Amino acid sequence: MQVGLFIPCYIDQLYPQVGMATVRLLEKLDVTIEYPEEQTCCGQPMANTGLTEETAPLARKFFDIFEKYEYVVCPSGSCTAMVRHHYEEYLANVSGFDELKKKTFELCEFLTDVLKVDKIEGRFPHRVGLHQSCHGLRELRLASSSEVNGPSFNKARRLLESLDEIEFAELSRPDECCGFGGTFAVNEEAVSCMMGLDRIHDHEQAKTEVLTANDMSCLMHLQGLIRRNNKQIRVMHIAEILAGES
Amino acid sequence: MSSRDDILASVRRNAKTVAPDLPDLEADWIQYADLQQQFSEVIETVGGRCVAAESDHDINNALKAIPEYSSASKIASTIPGIGESNVSLSEIDDPHELEDVDFAILPGEFAVAENGAVWVTDKDLKQRAVMFITQHLVLVVPGGEIVPHMHAAYERLHFGPAGFGVFISGPSKTADIEQSLVIGAHGPRSLTVFLTSN
Amino acid sequence: MSHATQAAKFVEDQDRAHWHDQALWFVRAKRDRMATSLPEWETLREKASQIKAYTMSHLADLLEQFERNATKLGVQVHWARNAAEHNEIVHNILFRHDVHKVAKSKSMLTEECHLNPYLERHGIEVVDTDLGERIVQLNNEPPSHIVLPAIHRKKEDVGEIFHRYLNTEEGATDPEYLAEAARAHLRDKFMNADAGITGVNFAIAETGGFVVCTNEGNADLGVSLPKLHIACMGIEKLIPRAADLGVFLRLLARSATGQPITTYSSHFHGPREGCELHIVLVDNGRSEILGSDDFRRSLNCIRCGACMNTCPVYRRSGGHSYQTTVPGPIGSILAPARDANAHNSLPYACSLCGSCTDVCPVKIDLHHQLLTWRREIAVRGLVPLSKRFPMRIAGVVFRRPWLYRWLGGLARAIVPWLPRFLVYNRLNAWGRQRELPNFPKKSFRQTFRDRNEQ
Repeated sequence: MQVGLFIPCYIDQLYPQVGMATVRLLEKLDVTIEYPEEQTCCGQPMANTGLTEETAPLARKFFDIFEKYEYVVCPSGSCTAMVRHHYEEYLANVSGFDELKKKTFELCEFLTDVLKVDKIEGRFPHRVGLHQSCHGLRELRLASSSEVNGPSFNKARRLLESLDEIEFAELSRPDECCGFGGTFAVNEEAVSCMMGLDRIHDHEQAKTEVLTANDMSCLMHLQGLIRRNNKQIRVMHIAEILAGES
Repeated sequence: MSSRDDILASVRRNAKTVAPDLPDLEADWIQYADLQQQFSEVIETVGGRCVAAESDHDINNALKAIPEYSSASKIASTIPGIGESNVSLSEIDDPHELEDVDFAILPGEFAVAENGAVWVTDKDLKQRAVMFITQHLVLVVPGGEIVPHMHAAYERLHFGPAGFGVFISGPSKTADIEQSLVIGAHGPRSLTVFLTSN
Repeated sequence: MSHATQAAKFVEDQDRAHWHDQALWFVRAKRDRMATSLPEWETLREKASQIKAYTMSHLADLLEQFERNATKLGVQVHWARNAAEHNEIVHNILFRHDVHKVAKSKSMLTEECHLNPYLERHGIEVVDTDLGERIVQLNNEPPSHIVLPAIHRKKEDVGEIFHRYLNTEEGATDPEYLAEAARAHLRDKFMNADAGITGVNFAIAETGGFVVCTNEGNADLGVSLPKLHIACMGIEKLIPRAADLGVFLRLLARSATGQPITTYSSHFHGPREGCELHIVLVDNGRSEILGSDDFRRSLNCIRCGACMNTCPVYRRSGGHSYQTTVPGPIGSILAPARDANAHNSLPYACSLCGSCTDVCPVKIDLHHQLLTWRREIAVRGLVPLSKRFPMRIAGVVFRRPWLYRWLGGLARAIVPWLPRFLVYNRLNAWGRQRELPNFPKKSFRQTFRDRNEQ
């Protein structure tokens, strides 16, 4: 199985360990990885500001780079959602785009839905607070959201649950937004930080030791607040936990 | 061009037929094993009271047991044999005269189990204001006339000639002051529904 | 003033902002309990959305059908292109009946048209009879929520307002006591009103009737005493069949306040004997929205307010921060349609979490429409430089992998060595309350390449 690894720009620049954990996790599951070095950014920050002209060449570039792979896997729900749900207006008529959408996966759903992984070997003897990153939740439907009346499921949690000795912190608001929201984090700084601090407070109440999510962007925001306020919560991307870091 | 024609033209110009057909309203809607029980449970949660009554006698006795009823000075009932009516609604021309009615006792056509609502109309009611202005409201509904949900409710309803009908679910209430529920906002401070057995 | 600036002011009072957030979250939680109590919840949402899509596709025919049937029932139907016409029509009717005092129940449309100040300028007293609306009216401020108009006011505030205007005891804060005082005050207003004005929740094309929903019974009291009833509605409030109400009334109160149905769902078909009933159908920009593939679905809104209750930004910034009649997610879509320049910050007052879309009873894709508005604002050149400039630069960088790599490396090499005051400067909005991440020595790219070369 030939996987093109799609590493979001901020993970490339700021969180290489998350990218490496993704590599180790996939290799452990016998996946062959290629990391195309020409990739930069999927264009989401520009698209979310409304700047389609800035986004279009990045979408095209993404397509050219990743078109040839059997699967494209990304350790971010948000960047995956950008490709699957928001490239339409840039690539709608490009042949091969529908295929690209269908073969692009967020890391956890790639494990559960494509590789059909039921169990991750290893142990993680900590109390984990799982943050539901919004785009993974409500765009990719990686879990059931609290607003919708239907069967309950959670792909990330199912994988985490298979680790030995793991415990979960149960939150009072299980899927409220952390307030990162891309450029929202700086445009609406006051509300963004209040949202983040409220999430952290919820995790403190639930006695979270390790705060995790499938989006490092949410975690970057939450970690920034945790460190500024000297809170005792550790932050790890879900790939790091699943890859066996302790 | 008149405003009417202008608006209709603008709507016609802009509208696109994205949905050619109306959906049917058939679905696997909720059913309740015991409609009376469901109705009376829900009406309690919305601040009302449901009493099962075998006869008019039962209703009159139950009314007397309500302290506000025994001390009421103006009672308006449109149901013969029920309540000690001393206000003749059919003789009142100005609804403002109903300002000091303490109890109104009116028939309800049917009840809805899912939400504790009762359908009340002004068919034989000269001044519908009485339903809203009275301090306390009593509705008498045939116990066999309970539908499970609103879809079944609208299957029964036909809006032909002019008239007024209302689903009433509980007493008048407000939560506009800090989300604290207060019963008796402008209208009735209590609602009692009698479900009769025949 | 931008939403962000207004929001920052609201957040400054942390206790109040948290209280506001909790109060609305409480309503959202009640909504969840109601939604999960019906196994068919998602079917209802889908049906509602389909009915509205049909309505918007056939709106002109349905409006004509409604007019025909309403007229048959003895209703006088009026049409208003815009707010000014609407206000004029209402005033003319009132003037003809020599009305001096009006009891009005909640209507977002009349708020949108600024009817109250218009009538007051013409010497007519308009009393908002919904308790929440009366509170803000006495305090001379607009509602901050479409269903809970005074949600931003604590009981202490209400006590103070009532003390000032209704002579309640100083310092009194008990909701029962305050509501009782309002009851007496408003009963007097009801008894003396010469006309009643209401909004419309649903107007039924098939029958010519309409439905008004309240919990307090204020709409009914307001229109069943005087001889004149004027109902004002936007043209999008139409539904084709009476049976469609089964779907909408099941969704509305459950979504709005977590009740199984509102206390009163009043069905008006024609005037009372010897009385007059007027309906004013208002366009005010709605037919234009109908023409937009992107925003047409925003007309499906049934004004339940669920998107506000669930919105993490609304809950923490308060309704007034939006500076529009309808705040929150739906308001941030409707307001720019009216004036994109004045409301250009609203589509950005959103973290794109999507909770509004999932909670909406008529399945409006709210967060996607907000994103579409951002594009629209950019196309019209209304994105402020502060938002546009950094993205233009980023665009230049991301299009050139060598530049991206080089700049990334440069930043990682330099930033860790900079003195703290330089990094956490006044312009660094990120760093005001947050630490920046630790900058690693090597990027993922280098790390991965190094590993493969070993």
